[in-house]
Amino acid sequence: MTSVPLGLPRRRVEFELDGETVHVLEGDTILDACTAAGKDIPTLCYGDTLTPKNACRVCVVEVEGARTLAPACSRRAEPGMKVRTGSERARHSRRLVLELLASSTDLSTTPHVAGWIEEYGAEPARFGPDAATVAGRGAKVDNDLYVREYGKCIMCYKCVDACGDQWQNTFAIAVAGRGFDTTIAVEHDGPLPDSACVYCGNCIEVCPTGALSFRSEYEMRAAGTWDEDAQTETTTICAYCGVGCNLTLHVQDNRIVKVGSPHDNPITRGNLCIKGRFGYQHVQNVQGTE
Amino acid sequence: MKDRNRNRTPKQYPRLTHPLVRGADGELHRATWEEALDAAARGFAATTDAHGPDAFGMFSCARSTNEMNYVAQKFARVVIGTNNVDSCNRTCHAPSVAGLSAVFGSGGGTSSYAEVEETDLIVMWGSNARFAHPIFFQHVLKGIRGGARMFAVDPRRTGTAEWADRWLGLDVGTDIPLAHAVAREIIHAGLANTAFVERATSGYEEYAAAVEPWTLAAAEQVTGVPAEAIRELAHAYATAERAQLCWTLGITEHHNATDNVRALINLALLTGHVGRHGSGLQPLRGQNNVQGGGDMGAIPNRLPGFQDILQPAVRERFETAWDAVIQPRYGLNLTEMLDGIERGTLKAVYCIGENPAQSEADNEHTVQRLRALDHLVVQDIFLTKTALLADVVLPASAAWCETEGTTTNSERRVQRVRKAVRPPGEARDDIDILCDLARRLGHDWKYGQAQEVWDELRAVSPDHAGMTYARLEEHQGIQWPCPSEDRLEPTYLHGRLWEADPERRGMRAAFGPVLHSPPVDLLDDDYPLRLTTGRRLDSYNTGVQSSGFASPLRRGENIELSPEDAAAYGVAHGEEVRVTSRRGSVTAPVWIDAGLRPGLAFMTLHFPDEVDTNQLTIEATCPIAGTAEYKAAAVRIDKLADRQAVPSWT
Repeated sequence: MTSVPLGLPRRRVEFELDGETVHVLEGDTILDACTAAGKDIPTLCYGDTLTPKNACRVCVVEVEGARTLAPACSRRAEPGMKVRTGSERARHSRRLVLELLASSTDLSTTPHVAGWIEEYGAEPARFGPDAATVAGRGAKVDNDLYVREYGKCIMCYKCVDACGDQWQNTFAIAVAGRGFDTTIAVEHDGPLPDSACVYCGNCIEVCPTGALSFRSEYEMRAAGTWDEDAQTETTTICAYCGVGCNLTLHVQDNRIVKVGSPHDNPITRGNLCIKGRFGYQHVQNVQGTE
Repeated sequence: MKDRNRNRTPKQYPRLTHPLVRGADGELHRATWEEALDAAARGFAATTDAHGPDAFGMFSCARSTNEMNYVAQKFARVVIGTNNVDSCNRTCHAPSVAGLSAVFGSGGGTSSYAEVEETDLIVMWGSNARFAHPIFFQHVLKGIRGGARMFAVDPRRTGTAEWADRWLGLDVGTDIPLAHAVAREIIHAGLANTAFVERATSGYEEYAAAVEPWTLAAAEQVTGVPAEAIRELAHAYATAERAQLCWTLGITEHHNATDNVRALINLALLTGHVGRHGSGLQPLRGQNNVQGGGDMGAIPNRLPGFQDILQPAVRERFETAWDAVIQPRYGLNLTEMLDGIERGTLKAVYCIGENPAQSEADNEHTVQRLRALDHLVVQDIFLTKTALLADVVLPASAAWCETEGTTTNSERRVQRVRKAVRPPGEARDDIDILCDLARRLGHDWKYGQAQEVWDELRAVSPDHAGMTYARLEEHQGIQWPCPSEDRLEPTYLHGRLWEADPERRGMRAAFGPVLHSPPVDLLDDDYPLRLTTGRRLDSYNTGVQSSGFASPLRRGENIELSPEDAAAYGVAHGEEVRVTSRRGSVTAPVWIDAGLRPGLAFMTLHFPDEVDTNQLTIEATCPIAGTAEYKAAAVRIDKLADRQAVPSWT
């Protein structure tokens, strides 16, 4: 007889966050507590639907008595813990992380990062014009649905986890190479259509920097017509099978330009298949001019 | 070498942007909305005046909203006065609804997706969910990664089977022998849940007698599945603490589909795997609102809320609410309506968002029938093959992104559909069009917003009474039943079967002592291959929607053969061959798939404009649910003498 454990109810944990007493559930992270308390901690490699990878270190906080800084996204809250999110040591570390990332990759499409660079006083240019960077790597445009720009990749591994055992279980992409040449790639670093990719776009959903994007977004950005301020986001239900996935349609000028899914939705948890993510085109195939 | 006739990009359908009316010259011409609505209404009135209300049939839409389906069935019942209303649920899961409602009194799946993650055993029977329901399959994968075992029962070794602990590759149409052998083994091994069987079920003795001939050896003979594998499935299912039995069209697209469904439900009754968290039955439905269409009464035998038309008290409630008389008998289902056209009793059809000219089995026959109608009105977002046959074509909004409303998914969850874009050209909302037609036929209907329709439905359907739009928003959808605005019901159905008090336990769940009936289209020397059909990951039904985007995975239609058969016939991968059944013949390139067993061939229904697979399929239908046997045709393949091999991707 097999028996899959259903789990027990969780206890409450009390600890001190920036001098205030807070309560979270056993197993919750410091980041969960910060979010509940309305504190804005920068994150890049953290994904709300993924197991923390601790790759980017931009969310570090100081735990009293600990030798090293702790990543808020993965460190579980413990009773009696004293956490400081804005200590000079934590802010200094974040500043350095932002300087290293911004000097070595193209963060031009990373949400929020410009604000963080300003807030933490990061100076990515201080390493000089010869600083090693991947920013010049060209975009891989090899199919009609999505584009890979590894010059924007910060190697957070979220796409690999989403494609792999955490969600999609397709295992089309993995980490290839060593050292500074490490990249995310499909097998033999070939084009997507020759790979195991099934075009679910769940990698795009989790990508924090825009290294992975809809072909429509990529082309509109290139043409200078991508305008997020002019876009609406509306969550509706997919037009295909009976599973009932929730789609968030990004619409600009009455055209669907991108499709996501709410991460807290009980059906999709941010994931879609090729039809849900890219199969919207049929509603906007109109002959002639409208 | 390239075959010039075959294009990798399937036919694309542009949106309909203005109404069309067939002129005196027999062609469709652009018309104003006034002209088109007048012509549509005039034809309906003429038909019903001359032949009575039952000469009218409504094909409602499984991809439109609940609100639209509610108004459509109300149009048929109140404006016209007939119960002839149905949708494409007939071509897929009507047998699941018929089987489940016969046993439990309710036509929905009994569990929820989340329970698949917290179960011990998952049986995927006749379901390639990895391709056809990918996000449901992510819940299955969570379950597997959490420690659940998975069995795949499918003639093909599919992408779903690749994740299974065991794959039971049965011959097409032998599901009942396999299910009965599993049951017999459970009974003889003393693993039946006798307490549950005694307290909550009926008809056990008869059922036990029906399965008794199906020894493991007999089942191995008929199904092709090794006896030892059947035994393992039986023991795993019976001894699991919690188990989910999931099925798709491999069970329901057969001439005896409702019997197939009953055979699976029997297993759940025998082991008590129903009515508990993590234990249940899940038919995975194929269109985004095929569950909701039936729930809304867009079926010939039920009123909104899945309430039986034959019950006088139910009818009376609706007659009061609608100020109309409802016929005290079942209407015709889609299959019967198509038969009625041929017999000359059904004269006018209002077809909303359906494409029967391409989706029905043996579709040449269906086209002939639609041509025989006096009056055909098609309301769609595309000029489909069906619309080309119409007298009046009305351009509609795409429900899922151009209207407000709700849909209901496979786990009975009612969710909000929201308008994100404006429809193109003169296309209009389905409900507004229905109301304009109703007004022309003497019923002054006005619905300001979808929510008004929904609130009207909530007043007549106890299962939906507690689902206000605000609550649907708050909970990201609510599963029915939801009779109260104050609470949510359990995520699984039929917990009552486990109550100690017989009063609260309610109606016993009846075993169905069904009998094996092999596929109607027999294999012989002329037609030696068993052709079965299914979906691919990136395409959908007749391809009208999915052809709209450029999928890198798309490879057009193929006749998929096992390596053994390809060798036996001397055909190569990519070679164009002729595929012939007793009804029709098409040509398609060969694709060799090692997941097929010798004797089994596979095609999809996604590219009817290039390869019309439904010319091959058989119109043998389930007598209870009316679903055709898309899953089992007998075919042969012939080499094309004067053609050179072409790669199938060209």
